[in-house]
Amino acid sequence: MTDNILEMRNITKEFPGVKALQNVSLNVARGETHAICGENGAGKSTLMKVLSGVYPHGTYEGDIVFEGETVSLSSIRDSEAKGIVIIHQELALSPHLSIAENIFLNNEVKGRFGLIDWDKANHDAQKLLTRVGLREKATTKISDIGVGKQQLVEIAKALSKEVKLLILDEPTAALNDEDSDHLLDLIISLKAQGMTSIIISHKLNEIKKIADSVTVIRDGKTIETMSRDEVTEDRIIKAMVGRDLEHRYPDHTPNLGEEILRVEDWTAHHPGDATRVMVDNVNLNVRRGEIVGIAGLMGAGRTEFAMSLFGRTYGSKISGKVFKAGQEIKTRTVTEAIDNGLAYVTEDRKNYGLNLIEDIKRNISMASLKKLEKFGLINDGEEFTVANQYRKSMNIKAPSVLSKVGKLSGGNQQKVVLSKWIYSDPDVLILDEPTRGIDVGAKYEIYTIINRLAAEGKGIIVISSELPELIGICDRIYALSEGRITGEVPIEEASPEVLIKYMTMETPR
Amino acid sequence: MSTEVKPGGGPLGTEHIGPPENKVTSTIGHVLAGIGKNGIFIALIAVLVLFAILTINPGTGDSILLRPQNISNLIVQNGYILILAIGMVLVIVAGHIDLSVGSVAAFVGAMSGVFAVNMGLPWLVAIVLSLLVGAAVGAWQGFWIAYVGIPAFIVTLAGMLIFRGFALIVLNNSNIGNFPAEYRSLGNGFIELAPIDLGPRNSIDLVTLAVGAIAIIGLFVQQFRTRLGRTKYGQDVEPIGFFIGKLVLISVGIALFFYSLAAAKGIPVTLIILGILVLIYTTVANRTVFGRHVFAIGGNRHAAELSGVKTRSVDFWLFVNMGVLAAIAGIVFTARLNVAGPQAGQGFELEAISAAFIGGAAVQGGIGTIGGAIIGGFIIGVLNNGMSILGIGSDYQQTVKGLVLLLAVAFDVYSKRRSGGGR
Repeated sequence: MTDNILEMRNITKEFPGVKALQNVSLNVARGETHAICGENGAGKSTLMKVLSGVYPHGTYEGDIVFEGETVSLSSIRDSEAKGIVIIHQELALSPHLSIAENIFLNNEVKGRFGLIDWDKANHDAQKLLTRVGLREKATTKISDIGVGKQQLVEIAKALSKEVKLLILDEPTAALNDEDSDHLLDLIISLKAQGMTSIIISHKLNEIKKIADSVTVIRDGKTIETMSRDEVTEDRIIKAMVGRDLEHRYPDHTPNLGEEILRVEDWTAHHPGDATRVMVDNVNLNVRRGEIVGIAGLMGAGRTEFAMSLFGRTYGSKISGKVFKAGQEIKTRTVTEAIDNGLAYVTEDRKNYGLNLIEDIKRNISMASLKKLEKFGLINDGEEFTVANQYRKSMNIKAPSVLSKVGKLSGGNQQKVVLSKWIYSDPDVLILDEPTRGIDVGAKYEIYTIINRLAAEGKGIIVISSELPELIGICDRIYALSEGRITGEVPIEEASPEVLIKYMTMETPR
Repeated sequence: MSTEVKPGGGPLGTEHIGPPENKVTSTIGHVLAGIGKNGIFIALIAVLVLFAILTINPGTGDSILLRPQNISNLIVQNGYILILAIGMVLVIVAGHIDLSVGSVAAFVGAMSGVFAVNMGLPWLVAIVLSLLVGAAVGAWQGFWIAYVGIPAFIVTLAGMLIFRGFALIVLNNSNIGNFPAEYRSLGNGFIELAPIDLGPRNSIDLVTLAVGAIAIIGLFVQQFRTRLGRTKYGQDVEPIGFFIGKLVLISVGIALFFYSLAAAKGIPVTLIILGILVLIYTTVANRTVFGRHVFAIGGNRHAAELSGVKTRSVDFWLFVNMGVLAAIAGIVFTARLNVAGPQAGQGFELEAISAAFIGGAAVQGGIGTIGGAIIGGFIIGVLNNGMSILGIGSDYQQTVKGLVLLLAVAFDVYSKRRSGGGR
């Protein structure tokens, strides 16, 4: 029998209304690098949160056996005490503190009288930095080094805690190629020193490079675990997406009209760092009645593209041209974009889409108050009537349009956001992750609404991480990778395999 | 309640949720909900009743607090705080704060003294110029907050010092007095057109009574029109019994209030100014695009921006507006004292902010009403006035006011948590 450092047995985790994990089992052998793959939302992060004590013992079913004993972890502190350390995708470093201060945060090197011994701390930190191959002084501020180096600091921090099992959640997602290679080499060299690690990733080439075994999770279930010799890209992709695609999407017969939107050479840079290109020369077009998909991995620049287009709400140094029905239009402010018939439904409805403390009525009218204005005053009755019409036509489940939006379910909140933008009477709707975080029934309703809008002659752009969803509802799909369009796939040729190939395509800069 | 819709399912009826209600329970339900919603109003009545009892004069058996002359004073003494509270609640709803209003009021009061007394300009011209000064001050602060992005707390803390300094400079550390009579009437004038003699030292003004009657009729007409409108559009309305009961109660309050004014000196000019401002700003807050944008920004700034709200411009004009209201408050205060002094308006900002918060404004922004702020201001006013009548020193007065603010906000937080609201 192999020596397993970790066995997770039949883990089931439920959130209100959703089973995030169902009987998931995971065995990690001592000394190996184990990759976990799955689409966004498959349950990878939830599983790691169970393992690291973010979801404490008792909030899930199943057992965690670590180093031969069943453990019940009730906090991150607990799991770290056992030697399980997780490095999250969003780095948890304090930007205004030094590298050494960050490494020993909450784990300070105590000297005499319980005071912090900074000399020893800096010295120890320097040794850890050598170990991870980072040539920086331990006293350098975190904000003065790049993301790639910050990732190394996180690993040094983990090493300072005498880690036995290191978990890396998409460690290369924010890194460039050089930094990624460096990081992967580091993981290989740590393995040579006997470190066990779990790496969450959907970059297939890097999994092939470093993983000893791969476990694929889909829809909250373990699909299979394969060993190094069994791993092929095809097999991983099949396991990741292989699901029943029928009857999850309403029928849609496209009735295409003339071109309604064309974007030429759209380029946008990072808002804080104008040298980083986030959207790179994007060209695309949409016809009336057409549903166009944009596929891309997290960080590919999907939302960045949409928001830079919609009133320049993202990015700096934005350039490119936008044409509506052949006429060039400007979309420099949100008002200008709305007036020119654009609508953008955000991927983050709670933080960017809705005023949760306000009622349904006022959320729906928010982007179109001018329509309700008469002699400088808003016509309350008209507003109520409009909101009620949308409540009925969109099937928003709430006792009345005066209900607070914060109390609605995710699906109903999304219908309120959609109502808001449909009421603004756009010609083109950009829907960013329109079904994120909502249940299957509500998803079907949203798809039906999207079809209805297309049938009315509007142009629709759907951005989604769920490939089956794009394939199920779109007429044509663009693939985006590192800010560039790497492929344009007609629906007849679209399959998850084809799309993933384009989405992970790396183009030389 | 979570009703699932199967793929392809049609709309489900959602009109009736929960057990059927009979009339009695639904009326009681509305009364309870009404207490929750009008908690602040009930608090005002409680404070009024408490001090009305505490200030009963054992000799004559009447309550000093409720004497017509004292009711009249309540308005005149608090008018300028209430004017500030109107602007302050909007600033707070948008998620900001303004600490400078006391200093701005003092500065504008001083400038109005320069215009009206030192330069001898006609009083109306002096007032218009003073309001422009207030607008300019607001534009200055609005610029730093909206376009440079400095938090309002810092900008207005600086403004508190800057404009106090300006007041001192303008007045050269002395006072300006002897304002024209028309100017003075803004602060301590009364409108009494048809007093009838009711014996020695006792008269009652018919016009004031008539205005009170008009106010009550206006209230009824407006409330019934709103109710009819809502019924027409199929909105829920309160049960008719509860609705009329509430209106009658408020009407009795209004009647008593105007009777007191009529028995005293008539309608204070300050009350007229205040009344007009309340009407205008309630409309602005609820019925105009600008007002909606203020609430949208306070509720979720990002969502507002992505819905096309020009958040910077709204922030800017909000502070210009606050500057103008601070100017009006400064003029009314100066007019009442007939003196523009360098130390005028100290502590106004704290009373105005307290009024807004006691009146139910949320610290995180997005929630607040003009009416609530006015009632909050009256609670502070009654506390000040009642404790002064009782001869309580300012040491205890401060302590009590501090505790009331703390408890009011604590109650608000508690009741919101219980109803599961918040974000």
